[in-house]
Parts: sequence; structure tokens; C-alpha cells
Amino acid sequence: MTEESADRADALFHALADRTRRDILRRVLAGEHSVSALAAKYDMSFAAVQKHVAVLEKAGLLTKRRSGREQLASGDVEAVRSVASMLTELEQVWRGRIARIDVLIASDPDQEE
Amino acid sequence: MPVTDVQQDLDNLTLTITADFAAPVERIWQVYADPRQLEKVWGPPTYPATVVDHDLTPGGRVTYYMTGPEGDRHAGYWLVTTVDEPRGFSFDDGFADLDFNPRPELPVSKNAYTFTEHNGGTRATYVSTYASAEALKQVLDMGIVEGATLSINQVDGLVAS
Repeated sequence: MTEESADRADALFHALADRTRRDILRRVLAGEHSVSALAAKYDMSFAAVQKHVAVLEKAGLLTKRRSGREQLASGDVEAVRSVASMLTELEQVWRGRIARIDVLIASDPDQEE
Repeated sequence: MPVTDVQQDLDNLTLTITADFAAPVERIWQVYADPRQLEKVWGPPTYPATVVDHDLTPGGRVTYYMTGPEGDRHAGYWLVTTVDEPRGFSFDDGFADLDFNPRPELPVSKNAYTFTEHNGGTRATYVSTYASAEALKQVLDMGIVEGATLSINQVDGLVAS
């Protein structure tokens, strides 16, 4: 594993380990939002919301662009997939083992079927 | 398909898988208590496992290696933490060198297996927890071969059913 991919995994999980950030991410995955429109949704300061947006941006889960005085944020669908895919890969290992147990017990001579 | 539920907990890096088997709890326990049966299910067909030490008691160790298509060997160990025969056990699962010395630089996962009677068969619950996202990533990088063999396992399952 490269140092870079490990750092990236850490950033991804850190970014997602916060309820507000997950909520922000859900909104920006559904469509582009200005940071001020996002800030209006939460009972916290504009600066605090901006900070959460910055963490998501650093993890590559969200991208920002400027439009006049506004900062517009949108979610990166592919990046979100990569987090879930790590746990899904592990799930596949488990599914393999469970399928083999099923085959093993099905071959028992005293099995009724 | 015996797998009935899968829960991914991104916050706690925990994977919980529930499976229902058409056999009594004692039979499922036997799969883990008998090293010859355990090695049949632990490794995928392309990386078969060989269990060497097998002490399924609290503080005991289970050691194994998996042999790849090029004859390459990959060793691991379990450090058994709790045992409640035949209802389940828990252990730390780590990587080892070929003399079965733990490799502390590699991640260790905490695992708890529970078997309960359910509709005349057994409901098995497998819980695996990783210490960090990096640990999880490392395990996946090392175990990528298993993921790749999924399709083979699926075919095996279809043939058996």
C-alpha cells in the first residue's frame, strides 16, 4: 500500500465520522449548494459550517467553485463510493467463508436432504 | 443464500454479517473446533488455508497459512480471547511471519462470532472491528486475492444448492 492511499483513507474516514459533515455531504450529493445556503440549515456559525465543508473538500468528497461572491459546493459521487467499497470488499471475503461453511455442512452424511 | 444481513458501520469501522445455516449450533461450532474443517472454509479455493496450531481456549492460539497459486505462503494467527462452547468465541486476528511470530506492524482486527438456535437451524453473527481506516485499508490490500475469488465462490455455492 502506498503512503498516499493510506493518508487518503484516513482523510475519508475522518471526514465521514461526523454527523453534520455526513448531512452536508448528503445535500451536496443531491445538487450544488452555496456554502451560505448550507450554513442556514444548521444551528451553528457560518465559520463552523465552512470548516466542515473544508474537511470534506480536503478528503476529496466535495468540490467548490466560485460564482461571483458565492462559494458553490457539490459532492463527488465516486469518492463516496470508495469508502463504502472498502467495507464491501471485506464483506465479500466473509460471504466466501459463509458460502464454504454452507457447502461443508450440506455434505454431511446425516443431512436429511 | 445463507447470508441474511450485512451492516457496515463507517463510524466504528465495523462489519457485522448475519447468516442462517441449516444445521444445529453444535454443528457450526464443530466447523471452528475442528482444524481440518476450519481450513476448508477459511481460505478461498485459490488460496487454501492450512491450520497448524489450534487451541480454541481463552488465551490459546490458532495459527494458519494460506498457499497461493505460485506456492507463496501467507501466515496469520488468532489470539483467542473468550470461549463459550458451543455458542461462540472471540479472538484477535493478525498477520504473522512464516514461523507464526505476530507481525506487530500490521493491523489486528477484533472478532466476535456468535451462534444461536434459530428456526431449527443456526443463526451466526460475525462482527469484525478495525482500529483505524488505515488498518482496514491495509487488510484489504493484503487480502485482495480473496475478493477476486468471489465469483468462484458464487459458482461453488450455486453448484451446491
